[in-house]
Amino acid sequence: MNTVEKSPVGGLPAGPPRRRRRLSPREVALGVLFCVPAVAGLATFVIFPLFQAIFLSTRGTDINGNPTRSVGTKNFAALFTPEFGTVLMHTLLFTLFVVAVGLVLPLAIAVPLSQRLPGMRVFRTLFTLPFAYSASAASVVWLLMLDPSMSPVNWVLKLVGVDAPGWTTEAPWPLITVAWATVWVVAGFNLLVLSAGLTSIDTEVLEAARIDGATGFRHFFSVVLPMISPNVFFVVVTTTLTALQALGQVQVMTDGGPNGSTTTLVFSIFHNAFEYGNNDYGLASAQGLVLLIVGIVLAAVQFGVIERRVHYR
Amino acid sequence: MSQTTTTRPAAPAPADRRPPARPRTVDRPRRAVGVFTYVWLVLLAVVLLFPVLMTVVGGFLPEGQLVRQPPALVGGEYSLDNYLAAWQQTVVPLLPAFTNSLFVGGLIMLGHLVTSCLAAYAIVFVRMPLRKPIFWLFMATIMVPYEAIVVPNALFIRSMGLEDSQWSLVLPFLANGFGVFLMRQAFRQFPEELHHAALIDGCGHLRFLFTIVLPSTRPALTALAVWSFLQGWNMYFWPLIISSSNNSMNTLQTAVFALKNNGNGTQQALVLAGVTITLIPTLLLVIFGQRWLVRGFMAGAVK
Repeated sequence: MNTVEKSPVGGLPAGPPRRRRRLSPREVALGVLFCVPAVAGLATFVIFPLFQAIFLSTRGTDINGNPTRSVGTKNFAALFTPEFGTVLMHTLLFTLFVVAVGLVLPLAIAVPLSQRLPGMRVFRTLFTLPFAYSASAASVVWLLMLDPSMSPVNWVLKLVGVDAPGWTTEAPWPLITVAWATVWVVAGFNLLVLSAGLTSIDTEVLEAARIDGATGFRHFFSVVLPMISPNVFFVVVTTTLTALQALGQVQVMTDGGPNGSTTTLVFSIFHNAFEYGNNDYGLASAQGLVLLIVGIVLAAVQFGVIERRVHYR
Repeated sequence: MSQTTTTRPAAPAPADRRPPARPRTVDRPRRAVGVFTYVWLVLLAVVLLFPVLMTVVGGFLPEGQLVRQPPALVGGEYSLDNYLAAWQQTVVPLLPAFTNSLFVGGLIMLGHLVTSCLAAYAIVFVRMPLRKPIFWLFMATIMVPYEAIVVPNALFIRSMGLEDSQWSLVLPFLANGFGVFLMRQAFRQFPEELHHAALIDGCGHLRFLFTIVLPSTRPALTALAVWSFLQGWNMYFWPLIISSSNNSMNTLQTAVFALKNNGNGTQQALVLAGVTITLIPTLLLVIFGQRWLVRGFMAGAVK
C-alpha cells in the first residue's frame, strides 16, 4: 500500500552522520522493547488464534462443550451445502445493500451540505449523531420505530394509504430492515468522511469546470466525484468491513430469523458457537475461516481493481 | 496509498475555511437551489433524526404516551421516572454495566494509545532490523476480521479461567494494528531534520518521544483516543459472549438488549431511558470529537 516507505533516518539526503551508520545494540534493544506490547497483544489474540481456528475447524464438540478429537473434514463438508450457500447469499445481499445505500445516502447529504449556505454546519453535526449508536442501541431503537404498536413509520405509511409490512417477519423485509439499521449508523460516519473530501476541493477547479460549462449531474460525476474519489474509496472499504462484521443488528432485531432469512455469515458463526448452548466450535471456526477469506478477497479486489481509479492528489 | 504529494495537514475543519469574500457563483448558490437544499435537508433530517429524538425524549415519557401511534413526543408530561426505574430495577443491574462500560472504553483507549505509540515510534524512528516486516505484520492483523477468531479467543479466555473477570472484556483488544498504522502515519510526517538535530544534541529516544514527538502529534493522538473509546464503549459481540453466563459481566450495550428482552414489550420507555444512558458519552464524542476523528483518519488513510 505504501510505496513511499522510507525511513526518516536512512532516507536523509545529506547522508547520515558517520557515527550513526551502524546499528547500536542499545537502540535495537529499545526498539524491540517498544514493539513488545503491541506484538505480544496481537500475537496472543489475533495471530495465534488464527492458527488455532484452523486447528479447531477440524474438531467436533463433546457433551461438555469442549473440543474433541479430529472429525476430519466434516465441518468443511458442511460449508458445501445449500444451507451455507444461502447464508453466503444473505451476507452478500446484506453487504451490497449496506455499502450501496451507505455510500449514496451520505453523498446525497454531503453534496448539498458543501454549499456555502448558513446553517450547514449545524446540519452536518445533526446528521452525524446516529454514529454515536452502538449496534445494540441502534437495533433496539429501530425495533421500536418499526413496532406495530407504536411505529411512526407505519403511521406515515398509513397516511399515504400504504399498508406497512411486517418489517421483521415478512420476507423480504427482515434482511432490509436489519441492513437499514446498519446503514443508519454508518451513514453518520461516512458523511463526515465525504464532507471532509468535499470541503477540501479546490474552488478554482470547480470554477474552471463551471466556466467550461459543466453543470448539474455532469458536473458532479465528472468533476466532483473524481476529486473526492479517495474519500469514496475509504468509505467503500470501511463500510464493506463493517457490513461483513455486523452481528448486533441481526442478533437483536431478528435473531437470524424468520426461518434463517437474516442469517449472515457472522451471525451463523455466533449462532453455531455461542447461542443456545450450541457449542459447535468446529463448524463456527470453519465458517470463521470463510469470513477471513471473503474479507481478504474483497480487500484484494478493492485495492487491486478499484483503487487504480482513485485519484490521489 | 500511493500518493506522492507532500503531506499537507488534513482537511481543515470544514466550514471554517472561508476564502476572502468574493461574490462568485461557486461560493453562493442561487436562491432556488438554496431553497431546494433546505427542503431536502430538512426532509432527510426528519427521517434520519426522528429515531434520535424518540430515544432521548421517549425516555422521559410515561409508557402510555410513548407506545401509541404515533408516539406523542410533544406535549404531555415528562419525568425522570423511567431513569429511576431503569437504575433501580435489579433484573439487569445497570450500575455494574455502566462501570464495566467505562472500564472497557477507558482501558481499550489507554491500551491502544500506549501500544500504538510505542510500536509506531520504533517503526519510524528507531534504527533496527526487521522494521518493515514488523510493520507489515501489524498491517496484516488489520485484515483479520475479529469474528473469524472469536471462537479460539473465547475458549482461550475460558481455559485461563478469566471468564468471570472484567479483564476478559478488554484483554484481547489492548493492541490494535490500525492504531499502529494511524500513529505511524502521523509520526512519518515529522520533519526528519528535527529528529536528527535532536539526536545530535544528545536527546535520547525516550525524551525525544515524550517531549517532542507526542506533543506535536496531538491531533492524531486525539483521533486515536476518540476512535478507540468509541470502539470499546460500543463493542457488542465480545461482551455478549462473555456475559452470557454471568449478569455482572454485562456492559451497557448487552444490558440494553437484556432490558429489551426482559420487558417483553411492556417497558419500552424504560428501555429508551437505558439506551439514552449508553449514548451520553458517545453523543458527546461524536458532537465535539468529530473534527479530530476526520482529521486523524483523513491524514492517515486518504492522503
